[in-house]
Amino acid sequence: MKPLVPVAPGARIALGVSFFVLFVAAWAAATFGGFVSKTFLADPLTMVRSGWTLLAEMGFARDIGMTVWRVLGGFLIAAALALPLGVAMGAYKPVEAFFEPFVSFARYLPASAFIPLLILWAGIGEAQKLAVIFIGSFFQLVLMIAVTVGNTRRDLVEAAYTLGCGHRGVVRRVLIPGAAPEIAEILRMVLGWAWTYVIVAELIGASSGIGHMITDSQALLATDQIIFGIIVIGLIGLASDLLFKLANRRLFPWAQLGR
Amino acid sequence: MPGPLLSVRGVSRTFTSAQGDTLALQATDLGVEENDFVTILGPSGCGKSTLLRIVAGLDHPTTGEVLLDGCRIEGPGADRGMVFQSYTLFPWLDVLDNVCFGLRERGLPRAQQVEIAQGFVARVGLAGFEHHYPKQLSGGMQQRTALARALANGPRMLLMDEPFGALDHQTRELMQELLLGIWEGERPAGAGPLPSRPGPPRGAATVGSEGAVCPTVLFVTHDIDEAVFMGSRVVVMSARPGRIKVDRPVALAHPRHYSVKTTPAFAALKAELMEEVRVEVLASQQGSMAPYPASGRGLG
Repeated sequence: MKPLVPVAPGARIALGVSFFVLFVAAWAAATFGGFVSKTFLADPLTMVRSGWTLLAEMGFARDIGMTVWRVLGGFLIAAALALPLGVAMGAYKPVEAFFEPFVSFARYLPASAFIPLLILWAGIGEAQKLAVIFIGSFFQLVLMIAVTVGNTRRDLVEAAYTLGCGHRGVVRRVLIPGAAPEIAEILRMVLGWAWTYVIVAELIGASSGIGHMITDSQALLATDQIIFGIIVIGLIGLASDLLFKLANRRLFPWAQLGR
Repeated sequence: MPGPLLSVRGVSRTFTSAQGDTLALQATDLGVEENDFVTILGPSGCGKSTLLRIVAGLDHPTTGEVLLDGCRIEGPGADRGMVFQSYTLFPWLDVLDNVCFGLRERGLPRAQQVEIAQGFVARVGLAGFEHHYPKQLSGGMQQRTALARALANGPRMLLMDEPFGALDHQTRELMQELLLGIWEGERPAGAGPLPSRPGPPRGAATVGSEGAVCPTVLFVTHDIDEAVFMGSRVVVMSARPGRIKVDRPVALAHPRHYSVKTTPAFAALKAELMEEVRVEVLASQQGSMAPYPASGRGLG
């Protein structure tokens, strides 16, 4: 293999799929071969069967819907507030000097450690779930957006000034459109992280959601259901990732050129 | 008597850093008349780009002031269009929208923006490429778009900071002819004899609705051929700290055909300037070696 030489599109898909196949094969070998006790790890077939039972008979679709709603709700609130603050911090250095130390500190506060406190403040309702996701994604978003906006090419800014742009015009017409594709990438990435926070929030003090189902299954030693739940999360994550990538390609065709 | 369009008065620039102050530009005086094409020639690091950036308003002089039409320059503005050495087209806008950038900033209606922009896109020979993104263009095409973008804004002056420096030699020569052709075409009739030049670049050009566009150019380069071929006046700067060493009119008639580069008059002026520049390049090289005398001796 030569380093950095791209792979053909067909081969790329084949290679990607073959690892999934290999993974499931190893799993099947370990479980059907009797190398692992059924108590600790269910085999793939049982997993699929109990997954079907969950969906068809136990209303798991509603749990999935709840979880998706929480992730999107918390993430959208975080993004709606992080975008203006991040752009302001990237563009205006005094704003950055004011917020940056605190935001840098806050992003290392583990969102999951806030759960007991949030239950105390907001109870075990939806507000608490949204708050966990907000805390987990807001500070990361702000910092990454600020860095991206702050990295705008200085010569483009200078060119805009010589074309008659004012300070606000430079922010509106150069900093924001120039950073937009990277900001979209940041949103895609942090949405992935939000998925891990929602499950943590649902493991404690929830009465619905994928995380709630997983905790319930743990009490029954139903590893088949736990694995099914985890796989559903993975699939939804993969789907949202693909949708985001497609949308970015549509919205910012210029950023794809020459890649 | 009215003064020159641009007057640089006692402008100097000192850069302050942790290592101490560096004088990049000594107190400099320069006047540029309306319709003039002044080329500034000098070794790299001589402060010629600093001077241009001060005129553009992108940098501030440590002492002195710059006046445009008698008004002190405090910052960048649309009255001084600039073309940079680096490719500074906005990558998220296509060619047409890049050229429209300044017009949109002025709040012109879209239809008028497009009309003016298309005129300039055609004039720089990029008709048919309006909807290409910068990354789809060659370096020469990007700089042509940058030129159209600056001209479309109808500036009083065009400031050019080694705009063709990153291009290959052949492309650079074509760009020189293109720019010179536009400048010669833009000069008002009273400014000098202007027999019309044959060939498609000017014949096909259509003027935007702005009328006379940008006849005054300040052009920084380190290429002697370029400075002589394009300039109606060549200013040579010394090694850092820069100062104006020679200020010489170029007595070659306009419009200039590229073949003027092989004439004896051109060669004579080039030889003269080459000597002037060479002394400065040597001086700047010695200057850059000065801080390390000990290691130099050790190697010898």
